[in-house]
Amino acid sequence: MAMIEIRDVSKWYGAFQVLKDCTTKVEKGEVVVVCGPSGSGKSTLIKTVNGLEAFQKGEILVNGIPVHDPRTNLSKLRAGVGMVFQHFELFPHLTVRQNLALAQVKVLKRAKDEADARGVRYLERVGLAAHADKFPGQLSGGQQQRVAIARALSMDPICMLFDEPTSALDPEMINEVLDVMVELAKEGMTMMVVTHEMGFARKVAHRVIFMDHGQIVEDAAKDDFFGTPRSDRAQQFLAKILHH
Amino acid sequence: MGFDFQVIVDSLPFLWKGFQYTVQLTATAAVGGLFFGTLLAMARLSSFKPLAMLAAGYVNLMRSIPLVLVLFWFFFLMPLVLQGITGAERPPPIGAERTAIITFILFEAAYFCEIMRAGIQSIARGQVHAAYALGLNYWQAMGNVILPQAFRNMVPVLLTQTIILFQDTSLVYVISATDFLGAASKIAQRDSRLVEMYLFVAVVYFVLCYLLSWLVKGLQRRIAVIR
Ligand SMILES: Nc1ncnc2c1ncn2[C@@H]1O[C@H](COP(=O)(O)OP(=O)(O)OP(=O)(O)O)[C@@H](O)[C@H]1O
Ligand SMILES: [Mg+2]
Repeated sequence: MAMIEIRDVSKWYGAFQVLKDCTTKVEKGEVVVVCGPSGSGKSTLIKTVNGLEAFQKGEILVNGIPVHDPRTNLSKLRAGVGMVFQHFELFPHLTVRQNLALAQVKVLKRAKDEADARGVRYLERVGLAAHADKFPGQLSGGQQQRVAIARALSMDPICMLFDEPTSALDPEMINEVLDVMVELAKEGMTMMVVTHEMGFARKVAHRVIFMDHGQIVEDAAKDDFFGTPRSDRAQQFLAKILHH
Repeated sequence: MGFDFQVIVDSLPFLWKGFQYTVQLTATAAVGGLFFGTLLAMARLSSFKPLAMLAAGYVNLMRSIPLVLVLFWFFFLMPLVLQGITGAERPPPIGAERTAIITFILFEAAYFCEIMRAGIQSIARGQVHAAYALGLNYWQAMGNVILPQAFRNMVPVLLTQTIILFQDTSLVYVISATDFLGAASKIAQRDSRLVEMYLFVAVVYFVLCYLLSWLVKGLQRRIAVIR
């Protein structure tokens, strides 16, 4: 059973179709990179996986649990799926420590001390234990994103979703975040990553998906993708982003 | 008959009682109004349309009628309604103080609703997504992530509304509740000391409200710096 299974998913905003019969899967332990031009539906697709975006047609199974089924306890499903956003989305009114503990306590019903200890452990992992009592606004973008990753990890997720985790960062901070992600990938975390960092894709991805106009145009093993992507559009896109 | 300062000094204990009542009514109505106003705001923003429309209807109704009229409704008409429901022989009186509290909470809820609605809408969608992505449900996301931020963003506006409320509570004199103004009024009539009493009350209202507004402005500046 695949960790994430997306079957024939279509979504409309009124008359505008954002997703067109998207079908793909992410196996356990696999790292899949999703790329494509702006507005092609990458964020929308990745947000359908944990039900942040509803869809009108098709089905998505996460670890066998149907996301589209109204009887599914979505909160429970989401608690087990880590998500990292482009703009970090740390809670600005809470300290780093509280950001990490909140969902552990409220959702997983962990004791405060336990949640705190775990949070600090993950902070150490991303090299930020010294900043536990600061507010997000006092950290740099790269540091905030690493805290966001630690926050997701402290829920013991079975897989992780990343939506352009480095595209809002200053260039000199991109690597500190990518390093954490590479390490995660190497430990065998199942990851679906929307990114244009092809260096990251080359290093750890198993497969690369290319989207355009709401469609999955290319879905290939990494080496095939970087060798000879079959569609013109993917080739043009690659040429463009590899040039800068 | 010149301005007699002693009149004010002599009546201070009685005025103080009225003043305490004014503060108490303001605080109760502010807290109650904020509580129900926040619930109303959540209802207005609900994706369940009938609930959103009901809440919007309530807010628009309250904002379109004079406060005095709502006071009269509760004071004079509500007992009749209650009589109709319970079948009592006489209309059960609600009493001036209870009428005042109920009315002001209901009325302020509509205003606080609009403030909290703006506050909730000022929170970026990404924050809501992040809260849900962590597995928080609607109430947990509201209570721990959205409302605390919305509330903080709106503190200056909420305080300004409370200052207005503080002045508006003087309207309870129409149902003969003895608030600060009501107390002064009673002495003014009894001792024919209208000038002293109404001047004194005006000065107290002015000084307090001016001071509070000034504090709110300072607070606003501090919040702007933090952000
Ligand atoms: N709430 C909405 N209502 C209408 N259209 C929307 C809405 N949200 C997104 N869209 C449209 O859906 C399309 C896909 O958006 P999406 O954010 O998924 O693209 P993306 O591939 O993530 O782009 P980017 O690289 O800019 O993040 C875009 O054309 C966008 O304008
Ligand atoms: Mg996007």
